[in-house]
Amino acid sequence: MDSFGLLWDGLAAAATPENLLYALIGVMLGTFIGVLPGIGPAMAVALLLPVTFSLDPVPAFIMFAGIYYGGMYGGSTTSILLNTPGESASVMTAIEGNKMAKRGRAAQALATAAIGSFIAGTIGTLLVALFAPALAEVAVDIGAPSYLAVMVLAMVLVTSVLGASKLRGFIALFLGLTIGLVGMDLNTGQPRLSFDQPLLADRLDIVVVAVGLFAIGEALWVAAHLRRTPLEVIPVGQPWMGRDDWGRSWRPWLRGTALGFPFGAVPAGGAETPTFLSYILERRLARKRGEFGNGAIEGVAGPEAANNASAAGTFVPLLALGLPVTATAAIMLAALQQFGIQPGPQLMTDQADLVWTLLASLLIGNAMLLLLNLPLAPLWAKLLQIPRPQLYAGILFFASLGAYSTNQQPFDVFLLLVFGLLGMMMRRFAFPVLPLILGVILGPLMETNFREALAISGGDTSGLFNEPLAVVVYAIAALAVLAPLVLRRVRPASEEPTKTEEMSLR
Amino acid sequence: MSAILVAWTPNEYGAAALDRGVTEARLRGDRLLVVNATRGDAYVDERYAGPARIEELRSELAGLGVEVEVRQGMGADIADQLLAAAREADAEMIVIGVRHRSAVGKLLMGSVAQRVILEATCPVLAVKPAG
Repeated sequence: MDSFGLLWDGLAAAATPENLLYALIGVMLGTFIGVLPGIGPAMAVALLLPVTFSLDPVPAFIMFAGIYYGGMYGGSTTSILLNTPGESASVMTAIEGNKMAKRGRAAQALATAAIGSFIAGTIGTLLVALFAPALAEVAVDIGAPSYLAVMVLAMVLVTSVLGASKLRGFIALFLGLTIGLVGMDLNTGQPRLSFDQPLLADRLDIVVVAVGLFAIGEALWVAAHLRRTPLEVIPVGQPWMGRDDWGRSWRPWLRGTALGFPFGAVPAGGAETPTFLSYILERRLARKRGEFGNGAIEGVAGPEAANNASAAGTFVPLLALGLPVTATAAIMLAALQQFGIQPGPQLMTDQADLVWTLLASLLIGNAMLLLLNLPLAPLWAKLLQIPRPQLYAGILFFASLGAYSTNQQPFDVFLLLVFGLLGMMMRRFAFPVLPLILGVILGPLMETNFREALAISGGDTSGLFNEPLAVVVYAIAALAVLAPLVLRRVRPASEEPTKTEEMSLR
Repeated sequence: MSAILVAWTPNEYGAAALDRGVTEARLRGDRLLVVNATRGDAYVDERYAGPARIEELRSELAGLGVEVEVRQGMGADIADQLLAAAREADAEMIVIGVRHRSAVGKLLMGSVAQRVILEATCPVLAVKPAG
């Protein structure tokens, strides 16, 4: 087991006091933003990007990984105690979890969510260590045409599989690709879409785009809906589980992990689908079926494991191919580029230290989260009492500071506001943000491969299809778009699983 | 019939204010107006009662032989909401729970009780929980 040997070295590298401190900051911050609905890990990582420029890549990524996993944990606390999912992956947890809490079993619901997340996150991270190097080894030989095809597939899948409306998804995707074009053409030096503005010719900074969309957009949205009747939080003591709860939880944990990981690893990503499937599966298999809908512990254990396993799974395409499938992973990819690290199949060999320390710190962060969250759950619930004006004033402050400090240009603060308005309008009209941010970040990478493929073939379009893998991948992408359309023709009455519109936005 | 307004919160301060308010209303033969207000700018406000708690409060007050109205409100300023309710109901007296606050606490946050005491046009009775 070569991978596990490398992982062991990574553990040794991650276990320095300094790195442990960054992991702790990451998981605390992640849980904090996970608990608060509306503020997701993507926003937190984007806000932290400018701060981390002065750090080495290793501690920065240890912190980001902690935020990513912490966000998952925090979201489940809010789902269970408040019936308001902190983030989209916890929607399913809210269904049974809040019912359990209302029946006085909040402690057990929180415990099964935390322990299930720990188990799924740990198994998931080990699977990443197993699969990512193998995939990267294969992927190194992939040529530009196939790599381009894989990116197209990832974009098509993310846009058409997730979210309620394909049309809105593709509009957001193309908007993102357009934003990604702004600035100097790297091959010819010509400015594109710069409107004769020298400041725009220098390409848009990803910090400005991401922080504007996530932080300013959310703050404007909240400002427009400031006062809402407060919700009742269910008081809870120390989370714990009885013997019966353990017996009913361990199988859903493992099944949830098995469902979540592949969904995270395949570029169709997202945690919404596997958590939904896990919930359905547990309801089918439950011995006491009548309890489902009234607070069955299986309905919390399964989806919670699934969402953490899928969070782990997203590291496979991110590390092995340089392909992000969630908004948070997309921002992490942008962070890699900011550090001057080329994402892609070479990452596993060129930056082996970074990759293995990152994976090891995921294991450490996961353990920290379990130790933190079991005793601190009542404290996290108190965060929900923070008044929105104070909270968002802080976010706006850090957002503007971050946007300004990247280039010390007042113009960037103006751009920040423009993207903030865009973010708010997208939210208002239910456009998903994920395809847009993928377009902005993957667009330039895609263009590089596109140009490279065409350069090899001397400008002949056949150069895009001269690898068998590319053709197969395009076929899959076409199938993903066309199959639902054909199916709808054949069975017009088929109902899609209802996903809450608002949740698909993050 | 004029009214006694009780600024109520689901905690010991609200309970003390309500106790005194009931006594005053009986003594004067006034009706009792219980107001529970929130700024509504956080996901959770411990001083804003949920539907179940309001129902419980209504049944607690039902058997006391006083005409009772329980009202909940949401707005930018809690003191403003209380003062507006008192003006509208032509309240004879406002009963409000008060507590000790640290110097820093006073500096950072305005006091609802202080504003009600200073700006109300009727007498204000400030009460403290026993002990």
